[in-house]
Parts: sequence; C-alpha cells; structure tokens
Amino acid sequence: MSNSIDYVAILIQFSVAVGFVGVTLLTIRFAGPRRLTSDKLQSWESGIESVGNARFPFSIKYFLTAILFVMFDVEVIFMYPWAVNFKSLGMIGFVEMFLFIGTLLLGFGYIIKKGGLTWD
Amino acid sequence: MDWTLLIDKTILILIVFLISLGVAAYATYGERKIAAILQDRIGPDRAGPFGLLQPLADGVKFFLKEDITPAAADKFLFILGPSLFIATALMTSAVIPWGQSFFFGEHEFSLQVADLNVGILYILAVVSIGGYGIMIGGWASNNKFALLGALRASSQMISYEIPLGMSLVALLLYSNSLSLRDIVDMQQGFHWNVFYQPLGFLIFLICAFAECNRAPFDLPESESELIGGYHTEYSSMKLGFFLFAEYINMFISAALISCLFFGGYHFPGLDSLDLAPNLAAMISVIVLFSKIIFFIFFFMWVRWTLPRFRYDQLMRIGWKVLIPLSIVNVLITGAWLTFVK
Repeated sequence: MSNSIDYVAILIQFSVAVGFVGVTLLTIRFAGPRRLTSDKLQSWESGIESVGNARFPFSIKYFLTAILFVMFDVEVIFMYPWAVNFKSLGMIGFVEMFLFIGTLLLGFGYIIKKGGLTWD
Repeated sequence: MDWTLLIDKTILILIVFLISLGVAAYATYGERKIAAILQDRIGPDRAGPFGLLQPLADGVKFFLKEDITPAAADKFLFILGPSLFIATALMTSAVIPWGQSFFFGEHEFSLQVADLNVGILYILAVVSIGGYGIMIGGWASNNKFALLGALRASSQMISYEIPLGMSLVALLLYSNSLSLRDIVDMQQGFHWNVFYQPLGFLIFLICAFAECNRAPFDLPESESELIGGYHTEYSSMKLGFFLFAEYINMFISAALISCLFFGGYHFPGLDSLDLAPNLAAMISVIVLFSKIIFFIFFFMWVRWTLPRFRYDQLMRIGWKVLIPLSIVNVLITGAWLTFVK
C-alpha cells in the first residue's frame, strides 16, 4: 500500500531527473565550441532570408480543440472514481453513469452537428 | 523514516534511470537497423562490430556540438522546454512494477520505485506536463515551423488523451484499483486484460502512438513540410533532450502496454514452476523486458510500414471514431459486469 515513503521516492526520482538535466546543460556550455555569428543566430527558414517573426495569430481550430479537450477531460476524470468503485455501487451506479454519459453524448452530438470538429 | 528502504529506493531509481537512458540510446540503433532491414539496406555498421557503438558516438557528438540559441528566441523558455520534456519522461517510470521482489535473507527488495494507489493518475498527470515541454519549446524558438509543429503536437496530444483515459476507465471497471501493482497481479496466470478488453487495448495502442508522436501520427515533426517541427531551432544536447525523451516515452509506453494489457511480469505457468523467490524475480524481470522489447519493435515496425496521416484525418479519427468507440466500450463493459457477471 502506498505510504509516505513512496512519495519520498518520487521526490528522489524527481531530483535525479532534474540533476541529470542540470549537469547536462552545464556540460554543453563548456564542451562545445562557441563561434556565434549574426547569420547563425537568425531564425531558420529553409535557407531564404527570414521574414518577420513567429508571433502571429494562428487557426482558431486549435483553440477550439483545446476548449473541447478541457470539457471532455473533466468528464473522464469524473469517471475514474466511479470506475474504481464500480463493483460496490452495483446497479444504481451503472444507471447513474449511463445517464451521465448520455448527457455527455448529447453535447458531443451537438458539437459535431455545429461542425466544431470539422477540419478542412 | 526507514533508512534501508530509502537506500533501496535510491539504488532502484538510479538503475531504472540508467536503463531508461540505455534503452533509449539503443532504441535509436534498433530503429535504424530495423528501418534498414525493412528497406533492404545495411544500416549503421561503422562504429564497432555491427555498428553497436553507434549510439555512444551519437551521444558524444551531441555533447560536442555548438549550442545555438537563436537571437529571436525567448532565452529562458528555450531552455525550459526540452528540460521539462525529458524530466517528465524520466519521471513516469516511477510507478511501473518491474518484477517480483528480490529477497536478501529477511530483507525484501521491491522492484517498484513507488507503489502509489493513484499510479495511473500519476502517469496521466506527468505525461500531460510533458506536453507543455513541446509547446514551450516550439513557441520559444520564435520560428514559424517550430510554432506550427508545437501547435500540432499539443493539439494532437490533448485530443488523443481523451480516448486514452476512456479506454483506461473500461479497464478500471475490472480492476477496481488505480495501482499498477494491483492491475498486474490481477492478471496472474493467463488472465491477461487484452482478452477481456480487446477494443480497449486497440484504442490504448493507437493513442499511445499518437501521444508519443510516432508514425503514422508524427505530424508534429513531419520533416517534408515542417523541417523538424518543434525542435527545428534546437542544436547540441537540447535537441538530444527532445529526441531522447521521445525514445524514453516509447519505452515507457511499451512498459505500460505490457503491464496494463499483457500481464506485466507474469507469464502462464510462472507460479506452477515453484521456483526460489530470487530466481522467480529474475525471470519475471526478463519476461517483462521481452514484452517491452517486442512492443518497441512493434512501434518501429509500424513506423516503417504505414504512411503518415493528413492532419484533418488525424483529428477526425481522434474525435469522431476513437472517442465514441471508447465510450461504447465503457458502456458495454459496464453492462457486461452488471448484468452478466
């Protein structure tokens, strides 16, 4: 069963990971050559002169996907405690989750109908 | 605080850390060799016998290359992106049970860093943070290709996380536990979850490909249109971080698939052999690693067999096929457990 030692172990693993990153970043500062020129420091654009920068508005579709993700992910997280206690909840638990998923599917159908998931 | 236990954990963490790096390094070698075989070539064969030292040569070269930060980039976030990505990749292995316990006299040496009762949630949480690494790295580069690659990657990763989570819900209906150790022990003998959850396994497998940005879902770094995707501007070991983390993620995904659906370190007949505990533990580790290596091979096999999807196809499969399918899978599993069993 999990107790405090398991979380201490996670902390140790975290420090090992961070330590590896830190040591590596320090090493490459000193190991590699440093001959920086202004041409080399330009943003790479397939060899032609680079135009402007990459701070421009992008397709709203990505934003829409992110919003939908937040909604659905919360629903999925709601299902985890239900799934873990499924056997003890019995018949009532199943019917209740059926209603919950039904509502979710209604919303999902609405999104598809509205064309919220159509990429062209 | 129990100090011997803490020392055990530290030793195990260091071993798992080294194995993760080793497997990731040799997965690059394996990938090139498998690609070579599938395409009727020889592959790397210059460094050492059969090119076996190639990963070491690549590693040394990563360290000795010039580290360039483009003038237009955001200096701090440019470093934070790859660091976050590899740190989270190295964290996920904490809850995977690598085998049965070893016994030194009375002392039990457990082969799992942390047996959390929220193991699966821990993995989902850490993997989600890894997504930030790609997003931050791609945005901080201030390069159009990198930005597009990062957008594609994050969009794809969040889209496929929903069916991934949903397929796990169906699995949890059986296991009634989020601990990976419990889920593995439940499959003792030949009660592998893949026989009870074939659809769930298929959905999980497809989502694992998408989460790892592996072909046929490698849109974020489709080299023919986006150069290198989110790591276009990276060089030296910072690029190495991204590439390494991807192979570590593949290793962890293979381990997870083995643990969740293929019985983890169990194989049919392990208990009837009645072996000494230490020998049984040794065999269980070998069994798990054979399964992992098979799935890593499978990942590569698919990569060099299937062509890449188009982006709208990728999103359509994720949202309009996998999500409804996974919901149906949850309902069928629930109904089966309520009415039939």
